[in-house]
Amino acid sequence: MSTEYEVIIGLEVHVQLATESKVFSSARARLAAGHSVADEAVNQNTNEVCSAQPGSLPVLNERAIEFAVKAGLATGCRINERSVFSRKHYFYPDLPKGYQISQYDLPICEHGFLNIELGDTQKRIGITRIHMEEDAGKLVHLSGFSLVNLNRAGVPLIEVVSEPDMRSSAEAGAYLRKLYAIVTALGVCDGNLQEGNFRCDANVSIRPKGQEKFGTRTETKNVNSFRFVEKAIEFEIARQKEVLESGGRVIQETRLYDSVKDQTFSMRSKEEAQDYRYFPDPDLPPLVLDPSYIENIRKSLPELPDQKRDRYVASFGLSKYDAEVLTGSSALSAYFEEALSFNNKNAKALANLITGELARLLNDSEKEISSVLLRPKHVADLARCLQEQIISMSAAKQILSVIFASGGEVEALIESLGLRQVSDLSALDPVIDEVIAKNPKQVEEFRSGKDKLLGFFVGQVMKATGGKANPGLLQEQVLKKLKG
Amino acid sequence: MMQYKTVSEIHDAFDRGETTPSALTQKFLDRLKKSDHNAFLTAIDDRALGQAKAADEVIRTNGGKVPRAKMPLLGVPMGIKDALCIDGVRTTCGSKMLENYIPPYTATAVARLEAAGVISVGKLNMDEFAMGSSNENSAFGPVLHPTHRDRVPGGSSGGSSTAVAADLCFAALGSDTGGSIRLPASFCGVVGFKPTYGRVSRFGLVAFASSLDQIGPLTHSVEDAALIAEVMGGFDPKDSTSNPASIQGLAAEAKKQIEVKGLRIGIPKQYFIDGIQAEVREAIESTLAELTRRGAKLVPIDLPHTKYAVSTYYVVAVSEASSNLSRMDGIRFGVRPKEAMEADSPTEFYKRVRKNFGPEVKRRIILGTFALSSGYFDAYYTKACQVRRLIRQDFENAFQQVDLIATPVSATTAFKAGDKAKDPLQMYLTDIFTIPASLAGLPGISVPCGQDQAGLPIGMQILGPRMEDVRVLQAANLIERIHGGKA
Repeated sequence: MSTEYEVIIGLEVHVQLATESKVFSSARARLAAGHSVADEAVNQNTNEVCSAQPGSLPVLNERAIEFAVKAGLATGCRINERSVFSRKHYFYPDLPKGYQISQYDLPICEHGFLNIELGDTQKRIGITRIHMEEDAGKLVHLSGFSLVNLNRAGVPLIEVVSEPDMRSSAEAGAYLRKLYAIVTALGVCDGNLQEGNFRCDANVSIRPKGQEKFGTRTETKNVNSFRFVEKAIEFEIARQKEVLESGGRVIQETRLYDSVKDQTFSMRSKEEAQDYRYFPDPDLPPLVLDPSYIENIRKSLPELPDQKRDRYVASFGLSKYDAEVLTGSSALSAYFEEALSFNNKNAKALANLITGELARLLNDSEKEISSVLLRPKHVADLARCLQEQIISMSAAKQILSVIFASGGEVEALIESLGLRQVSDLSALDPVIDEVIAKNPKQVEEFRSGKDKLLGFFVGQVMKATGGKANPGLLQEQVLKKLKG
Repeated sequence: MMQYKTVSEIHDAFDRGETTPSALTQKFLDRLKKSDHNAFLTAIDDRALGQAKAADEVIRTNGGKVPRAKMPLLGVPMGIKDALCIDGVRTTCGSKMLENYIPPYTATAVARLEAAGVISVGKLNMDEFAMGSSNENSAFGPVLHPTHRDRVPGGSSGGSSTAVAADLCFAALGSDTGGSIRLPASFCGVVGFKPTYGRVSRFGLVAFASSLDQIGPLTHSVEDAALIAEVMGGFDPKDSTSNPASIQGLAAEAKKQIEVKGLRIGIPKQYFIDGIQAEVREAIESTLAELTRRGAKLVPIDLPHTKYAVSTYYVVAVSEASSNLSRMDGIRFGVRPKEAMEADSPTEFYKRVRKNFGPEVKRRIILGTFALSSGYFDAYYTKACQVRRLIRQDFENAFQQVDLIATPVSATTAFKAGDKAKDPLQMYLTDIFTIPASLAGLPGISVPCGQDQAGLPIGMQILGPRMEDVRVLQAANLIERIHGGKA
C-alpha cells in the first residue's frame, strides 16, 4: 500500500530590474540593446562602489525603487512606506564587500498575490514579500584558478517570495509564467531568460495527505527556464517520495538542477546553516516612501496581463488559452498587437499562428521573438491569405517556418513554392471526376451509408493536386458529386 | 616653529611675495621627511609639488594675489590621515592588510580641499583602521608625541595631531569615531574639530564604524578648522548619510564674536568625576571661571546614561567594524600571503588572510561578529541601539536648558607609551568623555586650555546641539582668545 502524498511548493524568484545603472552606484547595469553578456569586456561596467573599494558608499538608485514598487503594486502587495536595507554577510569570492545589501525584516513590498489559470480553474497564489537586493559578481573557473568578473555585481534585483501555496509542478510553472508576464508587461525586467534575468529557487516538500505539519523541504537553486523548474520539481517530488518510502528522511538542503541529466543533486546542507548576521546597513538610511509617490506609480501602471487577456477574449473573440499565451510576455503581446495593426480582420487566425506554429518554432530554437526574421507583418499577410483561401493552413505553416528560418515575403513564397490553393472549380472538377471514376467500389459503399469515406475521396483529390486544393471547397464539391 | 599661524597669514605672505606655495610645500616636505615622529606613512612629493606649481601659477595670473574667495585654501600644505583615499596614492589605513592598496578614486573631502587649493603633502599614520586611542596600534609603528617622546600623541588620528603640532604640515585631516580627532588634538595641543555627523561626506573614508565616523580638521587655530570644515563639508550625493543642509558661511559665522553674556554652558556632573588629573580639572575650571567672569552662566546638567556610553559604543562600533572589514578577505583587498595561496579550501584561505590584522582589530572583529550573530543580536546590537537613543535623548534634554556643554576631552594629559597598551579596557576608557557625543552625532571640538606641570597640553571639549557647528566654533574661538591665541 503506497501512501498518497501532498506536494508543497514555494518559489523565490530573482527578477533582474531593467535599470540603466546599478542599484547602489552609477555603473552601467543594463546591456545595450542587442548585446549579450558575452559582448561585455570583463569588469567593464564597474566603479569604486561595485568593486567595493575601501571607503566607497552605496547610494540607492531611484529607478530601482520605482520598479520594485511597480512590481509590488501589480501583484497586489502592500507597499511599506518605510523599509530598511540590511547587510547579509558571507564570504565568497564573487561578493566583493563580504556582504550583500538586501532587505531583511522590513522589505519594500509585502502580502501580495497573483492568480494562475490551470485549464478552467483559477487559483490564487500568495506572495509573502518582495525585497530589493544587489546581485553578486560572477566567477570564471579556469584550470587551477578562478577569476572574478564584477560586471554583474550590484545589478538590481527584486526577490519575489511566494507563499507555499502551490501543489504541483504545473502550478509552479503557471505561477512563474504569470509572474514573468507581469514583470515584463511592467517593463521592470527585460525578461531575457538565457541571461538570467529571471531565476527561480524552488522550495519543495511532500507530506502524507491529511498531515498538517509540513515535511522537510529542499531548495533547488538558480533554475532559469520554466520547463526546467517544472522538471526539477517533478524530480524532487519523486526523489523525496522514494526517500520516505524506503524509510529514510528528507534532509533540509540546497540542491542544484542538472538539466542534461534531468536530476537535482545536493549542493550543501542547510543544517549547518550559515549565520548571515543581518543588521541594518548604516550607510543607507531607511527608505521612506510618500503615499502620494506610491499612488502616482499606481496610476501609471500599464495594462496588466490578466486585464489584457480578458480584453483579447472580449474584443477579438480569442480563446482564453490563446489570450493567456499571448499575454504571457510583453514581447509576445506586442508582437500580436503589431500584427493586428496590419490586419485587424483576422485576430483569431493571427492568434492561432502565433500561439501555435510560431511559439513552437521559438521554443525549439530558443530564440527571442524580438530577433526572429518572421515579423508581425508576415503573420498578418499569412492570416489574410488564409482568410481569402489563397493558401491552406498547412501551406501557411510551411511558409511561416521558411520565413522564420531564412526570411522572405509571403506572396513571393506562395508562388515560388507553388502553394497557391486551387479554388477554381474548372480545374478541380476533372480531378474529382477522375477519382470517382477510379474508385467505383468506394462510391458504392459511400452511397450505401458509409459517410466516413468522404475523407478518402477528399484525400485522393488533394493528393492528385499536390495538396494545393482548397480543402473547404474541395469537400463541398466532392460531396455534391458523390451524392450527385 | 612655523611663522604662520593661520591660512590668512599664509595668504598674506603669498600676497607680499614673501613665500610661494612651492617654497612652502618644499619646506614642509623637507621637514616631514627629516622628522622621526613616524607621523607620516607616505610623502606625496611629485603630486604635491605639481599642485604647488599650479598654485604658484594661480597667484601669478591673479596679479600676484591669492584669489581668496575662489580658492580659500590655495597653497596650504596639509597632511591627510591615511584612512582617506587619494587616487593613485597608497592608502594603508595603518594596516598591513592594505599595505599596498592604491585607491582608484579620491575621497570627496580631499577632492574638495584640493579644488580649493590645498596641497596634500603626505598620508598620516594612525591606529590600524582607526581603532585605538594612543596610536600604538599602527601596523607601521607608533607615532611619537610631538614634544614628549615617551608619551603617546593620542589616537587614532595621532599622526595628524603630531604632524600639525610639530609643524610637519600646516593642517591635517583626521577622522573621529569615538574621539579620534579630539583626543589626539588635546594630547598634542592643537585644535581638533569633529563636525556634526553627516556634515562632511564619508565618501572615500575607509570605514571603521559608519554610523559614527566623521572627518574633521586638526589645526593651529579655530578659524582654520572652520574654514577647512566649510570647504570640505556640505551635501555630497555620493554619501547617503550626508546632511542636505548648506554649510556655506560656516567660516565667516564662526569668526563672529559669541554673545558671552547670558551664554548658558552646561556642566555635566558625569564628566567631572574623581580620577581626573588635578591639573586637567584646574585648567578646565579656571577657563570656565574666566567665561563666567565675562558673563556666561554655568548650569549643572545631568546626562544620566553617560555611564553606558562606552559599553554602548563598543557594541555599535565593533559590530559595524566587523561588517565593514569583511571585504579584507584576500580576494580583492587584504594581503594574500604565500601560505594563503597554498590553502586547500576557501575557508582555510580566508583564515590565513585574516591572520594579518593586528591584535586590536582582531579583538574588535571578534566582538562585533559575536554581537551580530543570531541569538545574541537582540541582547547586544539591538540593546545598544536603544541605549544609544537614550544617550542622544539625554543631550537633547540638556540642550533645552543650555546652549553648549563644556567638559575635559580626557581625564589625563598624554600618557606614557606602553602604559595602557596591555589593558584594552583601560585604553577604551580613555575615550569616556568623547564617546557620548559621537553616539549622539553632535559637533565637538577640542581646544587647548593649558598645560600640566610636565608641559603636556590640556584640551577642553565644547559640545553643541546637532547642526550647531557654528556655535561650537564660536565658543572655541573665545576660549582660544582667553588662552592667548592660536596654538
